[in-house]
Formats: sequence, structure tokens, C-alpha cells
Amino acid sequence: MINNMELTSLTLKEALEGLENKKFSSVELVKSHISRIKKFNKKINAFVTICEEEALKQAREADKLIAKKAKNALLGIPIALKDNWVTKGVKSTAASKVLDNYVPQYDATAIVRLKAAGAIIIGKTNLDAWGHGSSGEHSDYGNTLNPWDYSRVTGGSSSGSGAAVSAGMALVGTGTDTGGSIRQPAAFCNVVGLKPTYGRVSRYGIIAMASSTDSIGHLTKTVWDSARVLSVTAGFDPMDATTGKNEVPDYEEILRGKISGLKIGIPKEYFGKGTDEIVADACHKALKVLEDLGCKLVNISLPHTKYAYPVYAVIQTSEVSSNLLRYDGVRYGNERKMFGDEAKRRIMMGTHSLSSGYADKYYHQSLKGRTLIIRDFMEAYKKVDVIACPVWPFLPFKFDERAIDPLKMYLSDVFTAPANVSGNPSLSVPAGFSRDKLPIGIQFMGPNYSEDLLYKVAYAYEQETKWYLEKPKLKE
Amino acid sequence: MNKYKPVIGLEIHVELKTKSKMFCGCPAVFFGKKPNTQTCPVCLGLPGALPVPNRKAIDWTILIGKALNCKINEVSKFDRKHYFYPDLPKGYQISQYDEPIAIDGSLKLKIKNEKLKIEEKTFRITRVHLEEDTGKLLHVGADTLVDFNRSGVPLVEVVTEPDFDNADDVKRFLEELQVIIRYLGVSDADMEKGSMRLEPNISVRKLEVGSWELEERKKPQTSNHKPQTFLPKYKVEVKNINSFRFVKQAIEYEVERQIGILEKGETPMQETRGFDDKKGITYGQRSKEEAHDYRYFPEPDIPPMTFSKKYIEGIEVPELPNQKVERYLKLGLRYSNAFTLTRNKKLNDLFEETTSKIKVQDKIQVTDIANLLINKREFANLSSEELYRKLKELKSPKQFDEKLLDTTINQLIGVNKKAVEDYKKGKENAIMFLVGQVMGEMKGKADAKTVISKLKAQMSNPNLKSKN
Repeated sequence: MINNMELTSLTLKEALEGLENKKFSSVELVKSHISRIKKFNKKINAFVTICEEEALKQAREADKLIAKKAKNALLGIPIALKDNWVTKGVKSTAASKVLDNYVPQYDATAIVRLKAAGAIIIGKTNLDAWGHGSSGEHSDYGNTLNPWDYSRVTGGSSSGSGAAVSAGMALVGTGTDTGGSIRQPAAFCNVVGLKPTYGRVSRYGIIAMASSTDSIGHLTKTVWDSARVLSVTAGFDPMDATTGKNEVPDYEEILRGKISGLKIGIPKEYFGKGTDEIVADACHKALKVLEDLGCKLVNISLPHTKYAYPVYAVIQTSEVSSNLLRYDGVRYGNERKMFGDEAKRRIMMGTHSLSSGYADKYYHQSLKGRTLIIRDFMEAYKKVDVIACPVWPFLPFKFDERAIDPLKMYLSDVFTAPANVSGNPSLSVPAGFSRDKLPIGIQFMGPNYSEDLLYKVAYAYEQETKWYLEKPKLKE
Repeated sequence: MNKYKPVIGLEIHVELKTKSKMFCGCPAVFFGKKPNTQTCPVCLGLPGALPVPNRKAIDWTILIGKALNCKINEVSKFDRKHYFYPDLPKGYQISQYDEPIAIDGSLKLKIKNEKLKIEEKTFRITRVHLEEDTGKLLHVGADTLVDFNRSGVPLVEVVTEPDFDNADDVKRFLEELQVIIRYLGVSDADMEKGSMRLEPNISVRKLEVGSWELEERKKPQTSNHKPQTFLPKYKVEVKNINSFRFVKQAIEYEVERQIGILEKGETPMQETRGFDDKKGITYGQRSKEEAHDYRYFPEPDIPPMTFSKKYIEGIEVPELPNQKVERYLKLGLRYSNAFTLTRNKKLNDLFEETTSKIKVQDKIQVTDIANLLINKREFANLSSEELYRKLKELKSPKQFDEKLLDTTINQLIGVNKKAVEDYKKGKENAIMFLVGQVMGEMKGKADAKTVISKLKAQMSNPNLKSKN
């Protein structure tokens, strides 16, 4: 048997191979991850619920199947679910006290698919309550600490999943990305985060934040791992009228393809002032790697970028104000006064934006702006295959550094929200570290349903750089 | 005389009888079912659940729109309408706001006017849209319970222009709409069971040119402010009218109430009022100040819908009751009979089936079938085959027993010499004795009129000599 430390540092691909070759069992794999959670979660606070017993039961079942040489995409693999993913029989709080004791009666479609692929749920991860936040500081169950530097934020809102994967507590962490909530913690935690095309993965059973921009994705250690999970979760769902009927390509096959000749767009609006030099430098270095691999770098402009965040803010808060109405105190046990400050802020802004007399000025105006932003991207994709830019304009920051001024915090979303407004996919991959060993991420955006292309570019880059091999040194 | 004119527009809700609910797979038939046994995460509005629209319900809404002569929008969408009520699990109702499925229709009705003459009136339909029904509150002692079986049942809303000025026309319109909906087979449209609900918007306008009307005229004319439609500045919406019996009562009470206020020189308040069917009165529920801001916005969970011309054409409207009336009139039916025969679909089906069986040699007319069905309601329970056989029997004496009748008459004239003599002497009554005799012999299977004329002809026959 291999020791715990080694098992928790495996990638998904390595773990699947190890299970298949009987190097270790699923029970061993699950146990090692749970013991790591038990050891470090008190400090890091990545998990709000741990499903130890059920996970071990599932692991024993998986081992029986593996013994019979059964094959399945994620057989015996411990995964962690963001707590706004609704799990049958397991408390699902969205990290809000409003749903403190809420135990759902059904599984989200994506969970049904993950379970059917043999995945084992080891726990539910922390988040900014309802997905409202980009730092992880708005959870009603406490902050999640960045495994790379406990004094700093993980990024959010999928803070727990980012920290869990980064800290070796789970092989996969699921997330939701409404304005950057998967890519941001991925970039701050040195992991890969996918925000798929809107409608690529079913939203059924995901506690809605902003219905028209919610994208259901995941955080993994590598690009291949991400592709494997998407091949399980992606595809049309009769329970979600906004899912596309597009076929799910063989991502794992495509990602090994050649990238020479691909045109990569560099939007000037994402590299201007406001972007820390160290972040811009890391991205330029990454682009140089791709250029050396035969890609053509093309300077482009996305002229309406400056409107993307305001457009996003109005649409998102409007939809938030509507989606949170069902928590009216009649059911779920807790009153609306239990909402945290951030939810209250968004409910007020959204309600105002939709009110008669103001809707034309805010909500309807934003819909027009949204069309312009979609057009920006469509024009760009006539010239280039993918667009590359930073995920964040700055490095992981300290707790409370930005929380004092909500407006400053909202500006964290300027580089990520555009893809949510347009619906396009975006993949965040590690792009190195600062001198203080703080992770930096780069994102690759593409036209709708181009996840395969994004994987191909990111995989080629990852094979050259292998930033994922760097692990945080955890303290108890 | 009458210096006030009521101005009434209608909002009518019709629950569709689709198999499943509007946005989930739960059964849509909930009447008499145990509370909360027909629910799922979607119609309970649980966290994470999403609506997927029911195609049948959309098609049926298009059908209703077409039956009401509406224009069907090629692009339509759902919107969220926000308000708080414990029977509304999501805090918003999925409805349609600015792009309803059908718009700009009309319904023409033949209505008896004050002089009892039939005139045709046209009532304009503003829109027909599709939405979801809410749950139901049950008040048990001090507790209020919620039953979500009805939550998410497809609900069609028909909105009319304010084209009504009396309760009788409203009732007539509602009855016609009910019959149309039932012919389309899309709902039971039963007011008592709540599958058809009426909410009239009522106001009253002074006929003499009052001060506010003059004010209105001074205003510049814009496209949405037509001078010919002087609508009062207020309107009162009346809710909870849950029976046809109460439609007239509620409207007439409300009109009288508003006239009373106008008589005092005041303007009635814009508000929503409920109808108390026990007292027969309306009562205030919610004033304009308390009116909701519904904060409509496009439902992001459901992509907009587009319907091709071909698709819309493919949804065919069957022959409707008023079209049937026109056809029956051409077949020679009286208006009242044609009307009666189209009121009830079952009766109408029997009538249509029976008329389709007519064979020339049977000498049965469409009018015979109509008369029989209307005059003898017990026949309405027969099958069309049985009904047609019955008609043939009733027609048969005149055709088949004519020879028997002639022989009988000859025989009886021979036997009842005295009566024949009396008749010949001018005693007209004597013939009635002979008729009685003949009818008795024929066991009633003869027509009295025929018997009389045959008797007369026979007795005035010069060849007939008294054998005396």
C-alpha cells in the first residue's frame, strides 16, 4: 500500500490508473482523502459537510466492481460538491443560514450523472452564500483559507472546491460560475477551473443564482481531469430547457491534438492599467509558450469590455432578487432576515433594477448592452480561434482587504463576467506564481461549445509548464 | 333617463385539462385528490428545480387564440410575475407579459336587444396568454394549510377590451366562450369547479358630457389615447365570482354601487373588490396604493418560443358553435333551435351524427331530427342509431299503412251508416265519431288529419250509395 500523502497528491488520471491496476483500492483512496480533510479542514474550512460513512460504503461497492473489471468514467473516485448543488438526503445550504437545515429530496442532474459514472461524494464544500462573492468571504459558515497562504482568500464563490482540490482533499471539486466563481478560485489556488458554455451542463438541481448566466462546471488538478469530468456532466437534459442538444465530443481524444497554427487573440482591454504588472507578465510568458508551440498571437479589441461588468451587475442582481423570493419564511424553516448582508444588498439592487419606472433605465438597458458584448466576442472569433487573458487583475488578497468596499470587490469580476454575459466557455489554468508563491491564472475563452478547443490549447500549455506539480505546504 | 353607462372589460382564466402540468410531469387533474400528492420539486418550487414548458398547453393556447380570431405571435416568451402569497411557491408566477401567444381577436355574438330583435355584437379580445396556476390555501381552524396539487396547472388567460355595457352581454359572452372551450376539448371550463374564472373590470361613465370628459378631450391625441374611447379614470376589479349565477348579480351590484358614488359627485376608488355570494355584495380588498409592482422580466429558465406560419396553420380549429348555427339556419332550422342544438357538445354530436344518417328514401328532414331532440329531451340519451330508428318509426304510419287505412275507412263507413247519414245531413260532428272509430282500429298508428280528409273524400264520393 502507498501512503496517504501519495494518494492525495495524485491527479484524477493517475488515481483512475492506480485503481484499474490495483495499486490501491477505492476504500484506501477515499480514506486517505477523508483523513486529510479531518486533519486540515478545521483550519482551511473547505468543507461544510463530510459524508464519511456513505462515501466508504460507496468505495467498498466500487472496489467490488473494480474487482469484476467493471469500467466507468469515475469509478471509485472521491469528489466534493459545492454546497449549492442539491444532494438527495444530504444537507444543501448554499452556505446560507436560510437553508441551515435543508435536506433536499432529489439529486441535481449533474450529480445523477457523476454518480452513474461511479464517482463517490465525500462532502459538500463551502462557498460565498448563494454564490454571491468572488473571495469566499461571504459564507455564513466562515471563510475558506487559501492553502497557499492562510492569510489570503481563495477566491470565490467556489472557495471550498478550489481549496479542497488544491489541498488534496478531493480529486474533483464541483462549482458554479455566474460571474467568475469557478475560474477565480481556480486561479488563486493553482488548479484548473472550467466555466462551460451556458447550457452545456444542466442547471437542474443547482440552487439558482442568476439563471441566465449560471454555468455548471468543476475544478480539477489538470486539464485532462477537467475534460474527463465534463465528458460525464455535459449534454442535453430534458429537465433543463436551456441545455443544448449539441453532441458531447470526445474531449480526451481532441485535447491531445496539435495546436500549431491556432490564432490566439490578446484583447488590449484586459492588459491595460488596472491589471497588476506581475499578473500581466505571467500571462505574457504563457502566451510566449504557446507562440513557441506554433500558435499565432493576434492583438484584438473587445470595445465594449468596460460595459460588461455593469451589464452583468444589473442582470445578475435582477435575477438574484427574483430567484431568492422563494425563501420567503413559509418553508425551509428560516426567515428572510437570515440572509447575509451581501444577499440583502443584491436583492435590493435587483429589485430596484426591475421596478416599474426604473426597469427601462437599468434592466432593459442592460439587455441591450448584453447584445453588444455578445457581438464583440462574435466579431473577435471571426479573427481568432481563442482569446487569452488574465482571470484576475491582481494576486490573491488578504482577508478584509477588499470587503470593506463592496464596489472594489465587485471589480474583481471585470475579466471573468464578460464570458458569463456572452455565454461563452472559459477555462482557467495555472500560469505560475508570484515571488511570494501566490498562484496566478490565465483563462482561455472561445466561441460557444468550443470546450474541446480550449482543452487542446490549455493541455499543450500545461504539458510544457506543469504548474500543477507544485503543491501548497499545509499547516494544521 | 339613464345617464350612466357601465364600461366592463373581462379577464377570464381557463384551466387546461392537459395530462401533465405546465412545467413538470405531475398530473394536471387535481380535483378531489388528497392534498400534496401530485407534486414534485418543480411545482413545489424547490431550490434548484427548473420549469420545462408543456407543448400541448402551448398548442391549445394557440388553438384558443385562433378560435377567438386572434393573431398568433410568431415569437412569444414567458415572463416572471413577482408577488408574495403563500400559495405561490417560487415568489413569482410564470406568465406572459409583453409577448403573449395570441393578440387582437374578437368574438361576434347574436344577442337579443331590448326590442327582442336579434342583433350582432362584436367584443374585442385583447390577448390570450398562458401561465401557471397557483396552489390553494385551506383554512382549518386557526391554521392555514397549503395544497400544491393545483400549483403549476396550465392556465389560459383571455383578456377582452372594455366592450361590455351590461351584465347580460357579459353572461352571454361567457357562455359562448365556455361552449367554444368545450368544443375545442381543452378544458371543462366549469365555473363551480374553478376551471373557468371571471374577473370583470368595471367602471361607470356619465353619458352627459361631464367635466372630466371635457378634460380628456382637451388632451393631445396620441396613438394609445383614442378620443372615441372615453374610459373612466378608474376601474374596479371584482374577484371570487365562482358561479354563472353570480355573474349578473356581482356586476349589477357593482354598477349600482358606483352610480351611487358618482351621484354624490365623487369618483369611485380604483381597487380590487371581492364578491360575497351569500350577501350578494362586493367588498373592498386592495386599493390602488396597495397595488403590486410585479417587476415582470423574461423568464430566463425558458428560451423564447418561435412558431412558423406552417406550425400555426397546422393547429386546426374545428367548426365552432356560432358557425354551426349559421349552417343550421341554411338547412332550415329556426334560430332558437339552431342555438339550442349548439349549446351542448354531447347533444350537438348526437344531432350531427343522426343527420349524417339521413337517407333520401326515408323522407326524414334535418328539421325533424332537430324538433325531436329539442321537444323530447329524453331522446338525447339515445345513440344516433337508436334515434334514427325512432324517427323512421314515427314517420312510418303515413307511408306503410295507407292501404290498411283505406280498407278500414271503407269498412267502417259501411258499418256506421247512421253516422254517415248524419254527416251527409250536415252534422259536422258526426265525422268525429268516425275518426275515433278509425283511430281505434288503427291503434293510433294514423294521423288524425289524414283520417279526416280521407273520410270526407270517401263520404262525398257519389259512387257511394246508401245500400238501404
